[in-house]
Amino acid sequence: MFGLKDDWELEVPERYFTLEDYEGGTARWCPGCGDLAVLTAVQRICRDEQLPPEKTVCVSGIGCSSRFPHYMKTYGFHGLHGRALPVACGVKSRRPDLTVWVATGDGDCCSIGAGHWVHAIRYNMDMVVMLFDNAIYGLTKNQTSPTSPQGLHTNTHPRGAWLPPLNPTAATLGFANVSFVAQTVDWNPAHLYATLVRAYEHKGLSFVRILQRCPTYTSQVFAEMQKDPSQLLLLTGGDNPELDAATARTFPNQQAHDSRDLAAARRVAEQHEPLPIGVLYRDPERPRYEDFTTVGLGMSDADKLVGLERELDKFSV
Amino acid sequence: MTSTTPGAGATAARPGKAPAQRVREHIVEIVSDSGEGAQKAGQTYGAVSAKMGNGVWTVEIIPAEIKPPARSRAGASGIRVRVGSEKVTNTGDQADLVVALNEQVLYGRIEQKAYKPGTIVLLESKWAKDPREEVRRDYAAALVEFRALGLDVREVALEEACQQVAQDVRVGKNMFVLGMLCHITCRDLDRAMEEVAFVFAKKGPAVIARNQDLVRAGHAFGEQVLEQRYEIPPREITRRMMVLNGNQAIALGVMAAGIEMVAMYPITPATSVSHHLASAFRGVGGVVHQAEDEIAAIGFAIGASYAGKTACTVTSGPGLALKTEFLGLAVMAEVPLVFVLVQRGGPSTGLPTKVEQGDLLAALYGQPGDTPKIVIAPATIEECLHFVVTARKLAEAFRMPVMLLTDANLATGVQPIPRPEVAADWLAPPLDQSPWQQGVTAYDWDLDTGLSPRPVPGQKGGEYVLTGLAHTKNAKVAYDPDSNQTGCAMRSRKLAVFGESLRPPQVHGDAEGDLLVVGWGSTLGSIEEAVDRARAEGQRVSALHLRFLSPLEPGLAEIFARFRRVVTVEINYSDAPGAPHVTKDNRRIAQLAQLLRTHTLMDIDCWSNVAGQPIQPGAIHAEISRRLQALRGES
Repeated sequence: MFGLKDDWELEVPERYFTLEDYEGGTARWCPGCGDLAVLTAVQRICRDEQLPPEKTVCVSGIGCSSRFPHYMKTYGFHGLHGRALPVACGVKSRRPDLTVWVATGDGDCCSIGAGHWVHAIRYNMDMVVMLFDNAIYGLTKNQTSPTSPQGLHTNTHPRGAWLPPLNPTAATLGFANVSFVAQTVDWNPAHLYATLVRAYEHKGLSFVRILQRCPTYTSQVFAEMQKDPSQLLLLTGGDNPELDAATARTFPNQQAHDSRDLAAARRVAEQHEPLPIGVLYRDPERPRYEDFTTVGLGMSDADKLVGLERELDKFSV
Repeated sequence: MTSTTPGAGATAARPGKAPAQRVREHIVEIVSDSGEGAQKAGQTYGAVSAKMGNGVWTVEIIPAEIKPPARSRAGASGIRVRVGSEKVTNTGDQADLVVALNEQVLYGRIEQKAYKPGTIVLLESKWAKDPREEVRRDYAAALVEFRALGLDVREVALEEACQQVAQDVRVGKNMFVLGMLCHITCRDLDRAMEEVAFVFAKKGPAVIARNQDLVRAGHAFGEQVLEQRYEIPPREITRRMMVLNGNQAIALGVMAAGIEMVAMYPITPATSVSHHLASAFRGVGGVVHQAEDEIAAIGFAIGASYAGKTACTVTSGPGLALKTEFLGLAVMAEVPLVFVLVQRGGPSTGLPTKVEQGDLLAALYGQPGDTPKIVIAPATIEECLHFVVTARKLAEAFRMPVMLLTDANLATGVQPIPRPEVAADWLAPPLDQSPWQQGVTAYDWDLDTGLSPRPVPGQKGGEYVLTGLAHTKNAKVAYDPDSNQTGCAMRSRKLAVFGESLRPPQVHGDAEGDLLVVGWGSTLGSIEEAVDRARAEGQRVSALHLRFLSPLEPGLAEIFARFRRVVTVEINYSDAPGAPHVTKDNRRIAQLAQLLRTHTLMDIDCWSNVAGQPIQPGAIHAEISRRLQALRGES
C-alpha cells in the first residue's frame, strides 16, 4: 500500500545523543579563543558518531586548552601539567572499550611533557591526541613556549624569543612507531572537523596539531595566515579529508599528498610557507600497545586462582 | 631420602672424627667478586635448609656495580645464610663461618662488623701462588691482619680441588662450595641434589648432572677442610611452606589481590618485583607496564585505576621523589592506588643496594599541601604478601592511595613462610558498569566519614571530570574558601575513620617495664630477638612494632606511659647525642621518633644509624643494656 514495504518498522535507537548530551557547561576561555572551535568540533564528532558519553573519556594536562574535559559532558581527567598522555594510556590499557580524547597544549606536550610525547607515539594506543598549539603559555600569562616564533616578545623573553621554534609535526614524524600525524587550524571549522574525524577513525594514536589562536597573547602569530589562505597548503587525496567544494575553493594552494609515504610526510612537515594542513602521515599497520596490555582481560576468578596456586607452587617447599 | 623428621639431614659422624656439634643456629657467608655465583650457592643452601625444616634467613651482599673490579674491598658480593633450629627472623649477628674466594672482599665485610673473633674463615689459597707479586703480598698481609683480629683463617686450595672435577672453575666453584658447606653443616645431600636439579631445570640434564657432580665433590672435599661439623637440628614441618624474598612476596601479593596492572620504571632495589611479575603475571591475567619514567609509571597506574582497574606502582626513594606530584593528585582526586616503596639508602641516589628506613616522613609528608593517605609497613616477608592484598582493599574502600613501605632488607631477605590459603574474596571485584544512581555526585561525601562512592567510566549517568584543582562534591572546580576547607576535611576524615577500625598494637614482652623499644618495618626480627635476650637476663624491657604509620594504631600513648623510657630503633639518620654543636634542643632525631613525639607529646628517644646494614640483634641488645644501666644510675 502506498508503495511502502510492509515489513518496514520504525527503528528507534534506544538512545540518541544530541550535541547537548556532550555540552558540559559554559566554556571559560577568552572570547575569540581557538579552543572553542575545537570543542565544538569534538562535540559534533561525538554526536555524529553517537558515542555514548559514559564510554568517552577526555584526558588533559594543565593549561588553557587542558580545561577541555570540563566543557564536555563525558568522563574526564584533568590531571597534571605535562602528564595527560601517561594517564590516557593507563585509562586505555585495561579499558579498550573506552573512546579517549586527549587535549594538550604546546607547553604541556612539547615542553614539560615532552618525554611522554615521544613514548606515547611509540605506544600507539588508540586515541586522538589534539595538540592545541597557540605558541605561548597562556594560563600562566605570556611566557615563551617551545613553539613560540623566534623573536616573539613574551614576559620571559621581553627582547624576543631567542631560539627558533620546535616543529611538533616534524618531531612526531621522527618518533618510532608513529601511525598518524595531521595538522589543521582552528579557524577553518570544516577542515578542523574533517581532520579530527579522520583522526578518530584511525585505530592507533592520532596526533593532530591544531594551530590555535590566542586572542590575548599571540593574536598576531596566526593573523596573517588567517587572513591570507595562500599561506596554507591544503593536502589532498589519500587519507586526507574530503572537503566540500565551497571550502576547498578557499585554498589557492593545494597539493596531492601520499600520506602512506613517511619520507614524503617528513618533507611536507618541514614546510612552513605555505604551511601544510591535512593528514601528513598514516600507517594503519603499526603495532598498538593495548594489544599487549589487554592480554588476560576478563579472566575468570576461578582461572586466576588456578594461576595463582601455580605461582605459589613455584616457591613451595 | 626425603623424610622431614627432625635431624633427617644429619648423617652419623665418621669413625675417627669428632661428632657433629649440635648448635641452635649457624650463620655462614660466602663472599667473592661479583659474578662468581656466591648468591646462587647461598640461595640453594638456604632452600635446602628450609626444606629440611630449619628456620632460615638469607640476605644478599650486593655491590652497587654490576661488575666491580676483581679483588676490590668495596666489591664484595655474596650472601649470608642464617640457619636455626627455630624460626629465624633476621640476618643475625656475626657469622660463624665464611667462605671467601679472595681476601680483599673480606675487608669490606670486616668493616661492616660481619665477623667476630673465632669466626672460621675458609679462604681460597691460590692467591699465595699468584704470578703478580702485589697480589701475593696483599694476600700475605691480609692473613696476618685477619689472624690479628682473631679470625680463625684456614687456607683452602678450593680452586685446585675444584679443577679436578670442573670443566670451568669460574662457573663451577660456587656449587663446589655449596657441597663443602653441606658437609660442614650436615645438610641433607639428597635434598641438595634435588635443589640443584630444580635450580638448573631450564638448562637441561647435562648441566644438572655437572653441577650435581660438583656438589658431591665439594661434599667429599669438605671432610678434608675442617675437622669440625655442625648440626642444626630442624623441626618437623607441619605446614606447607614457601621460600621466597620480600619482593617476590610483593609480586605474589599483587597477584593474590587481583591487581591487573603494575606500572613501574626500573629502580634498585624495587625492580625485582616486576621481574617476577613479568614472567608470572600473565598466568593470572595481569600485565606489567615498564613506563618511560617514574612519573609516567604512576600516571599510567592512576589512569588505569581511574578507569576502574586499581593498579599498583613500585619504586624506591628517587622514584618517590619523582612521583610526588601524581601521588598528591591521587589523594586530591581520591583515586585508589597501591604504591609500593622499597626503601634504600638516601638522600639522592644514596646507597641503592643498601637498607634504610629513611623515607617514612617523605611518604607521609613529602607532597605539597595536605595529603592524607594510608601508609603501612610490613615487618616480615609473609606480611609483604598479605599487606598488598589489604592495601588494594583499603585503597578502594577509602578511595585513596595506600603506600606500602618495605626496604632492601625485606626485599632481598629470603625466609620460609607458611603458604597462604588464597581465597576468591582476595581478588578485586568485577568492574561495576551498572548505571550510576541519579542524584549521587562524583564526590558525594558523607559529611561524617568523608567516604563517597566512586563512578567509573562506563557507568551511565556518572560522568564527571576528575581534577587536581580544588573541587566541590560535584567535582566542579571551586576557588571559594569553604569548598577547599571541606574537601581537605573530607579527605582527612577518612583516615580518622579508618583509624577507628584499628586495634592497639600488641606489646612483645610485659605490658610495663623500664624500657620499650619501638620499631617499624624490617627491624622486627632483630628488635624482638634483642629484647628476648635482655629479658632472659632479667631486664624489664619490651618491644612494640608498628605496622600502620598513617593512621597510627590507637592506644600508643597509654602503652608508652607504662614504661619509664621509650626509644625507637630505626635505620635512618639521627644526630648522635653529644656530637659537636648538637644540643638537646637542636638534635635532629629519627623519623618514627619524630612522628611519635608529635602524636603523643611524649619524650621519645631514638637510636638509629645509616650504615646501610640491617641492624644486628647483638647491637640492639648492647644498646638496651647501656640504656638500662644508665637508667639504674639515675634511680
